[in-house]
Amino acid sequence: MPKLKLPAPPLPPGFPKPAPKRPGTPKQKPLDVAAEAGMSVVDWVDERTSLSGGARWMMFRKVPKGTNWFYTLGSATMFAFLSQAVTGVFLAMYYRPDAGGGAYESMRHVNDDVFLGEFVHGMHKWGSSVMVILIFLHMARTFFFGAYKYPRELNWIIGVALLILTMAMSFTGYLLPFDQRSYWATIVGVNINGTGPLVGPYLSDFLRAGPEFGATTLSRFYAIHMMLIPGIIGALIGFHLYLVAKLGTTAPPWQKLPEQYRQVEEERA
Amino acid sequence: MNQREKEQYLREYMALKSAGKPFFPYAVAKDSLMACVVMAAIITMSLVLGAELGPKADPTTTTYTPRPEWYFFFLFELLRVIKPAELVPLATIGVPTICMILLFLLPFYDRGPERRPERRPIATATGIFVIAAMGFLTYKGAESGPPTQIDMPTPKAVIAQGPQFTALYEKGRQVVAQSGCEACHKFGDNGNDGPGPQLTHIAKNLPRQAIARTLVNPTAPMPSFQALQQKDPAKFNAMVTFLSQLK
Ligand code: HEM
Repeated sequence: MPKLKLPAPPLPPGFPKPAPKRPGTPKQKPLDVAAEAGMSVVDWVDERTSLSGGARWMMFRKVPKGTNWFYTLGSATMFAFLSQAVTGVFLAMYYRPDAGGGAYESMRHVNDDVFLGEFVHGMHKWGSSVMVILIFLHMARTFFFGAYKYPRELNWIIGVALLILTMAMSFTGYLLPFDQRSYWATIVGVNINGTGPLVGPYLSDFLRAGPEFGATTLSRFYAIHMMLIPGIIGALIGFHLYLVAKLGTTAPPWQKLPEQYRQVEEERA
Repeated sequence: MNQREKEQYLREYMALKSAGKPFFPYAVAKDSLMACVVMAAIITMSLVLGAELGPKADPTTTTYTPRPEWYFFFLFELLRVIKPAELVPLATIGVPTICMILLFLLPFYDRGPERRPERRPIATATGIFVIAAMGFLTYKGAESGPPTQIDMPTPKAVIAQGPQFTALYEKGRQVVAQSGCEACHKFGDNGNDGPGPQLTHIAKNLPRQAIARTLVNPTAPMPSFQALQQKDPAKFNAMVTFLSQLK
């Protein structure tokens, strides 16, 4: 018999509670057996990891009264990022980061020959726009709701880092198809970068892999675009979400306190 | 926020939170529905808009239009809004860097306990202003036309010199338009103001010979047209003719 019990689903108000199981009616139906089998597997893992506590902590925490659709923008951003990750893996199966001849041709091949190639390429391309829009909307939500204030300051800072990294993803990804537009836009972009204070010139040299746009520039952009930044973004999203669960999401700033608490607060004042 | 305000916030938050609903399934349901909307949007855009490739990158050409992804337009436009030459470094990197730092430090200089937007007039007004400014700059960036055309009235002085000369002038206009000059130069209302100087009245300052010399042997970022001069002198001549009529 598993130790873990399936959590009882919350019932809408006014809904009668199901009667508890009576002893003496143990006739197990196939569905019960299946549920039990699943439970034992989960139980086996949990006995060795104690993960269920964390999952319960994450999933059954309460979200404040008044939480509305604006609060879905963060998870929507995360979902766009996941979509980028998945479509990106498929593109990486065909892409060759070879400036001399290969990068452009491999994307042509994806577009023209590969099954659903242009579709996946298009999802990755337009997914980046969607993610940028969502991240700005999410940021606007947290800004106007004052969600960056105590105790969530650190989550705002991680968020700004995520914003910069997302823009860096767009910048490095734009070069990869290696057509005229992406090539010249990237040259101009890197040059503008080079006029920056202090680190500007070094950053530009690092991006170009030297003072001139050369053969290794493309593979450098590729490595940054598909390994370095996504790794950091993934880790930061993990930390961002940990803090969200730990601190709880804000209540909308207009939300009224429940009556009994208001009285307590008034007495205190 | 002082200690008392912090404690009060935490107390009130606990009260609101305990009056709320569990994350699973209520918030999860909303998030999942939103995820479906995001997925549908991405799929629709991919199907409708596709993922076309332009011509292959060619470092030796001069016919290119450097254009970033649309959500960088506001940054590039910023470079053009700030005109005086001394201020350009400030515009290119100064403003974005300062904005970035201000964004990072926001929770440290806005420490008031108030969270309702209508009671934080400075923060709310700043936020709305920034959004409006970014929207405006993005719009301007999108507007700054396809830089492969130069719409300017043909000067009377050109027409007066007969149809043959006018044809040469028109050919020159076309060559210049297709050579990507407008990425960095402005002709009347066309093209981008910078990094190169405006060319609307270039012939006032530079004689024909000097223009031709600059095309062959330009200053740093501008590409040289020497190859064109050798391969297709007629085209090169048309180009110089057009430019030397911009008075
Ligand atoms: C990859 C990008 C990001 C992801 C995946 C992400 C994800 C999330 C999620 C799922 C939440 C939970 C509440 C909600 O959805 O509104 C959240 C909250 C939060 N995020 Fe983000 N976020 C990202 C970027 C940002 C950015 C750019 C900022 C601001 C500069 C930011 C600041 C915050 C803050 C302050 C909260 C707490 C909000 C509250 O408690 O009401 N995040 N984030």
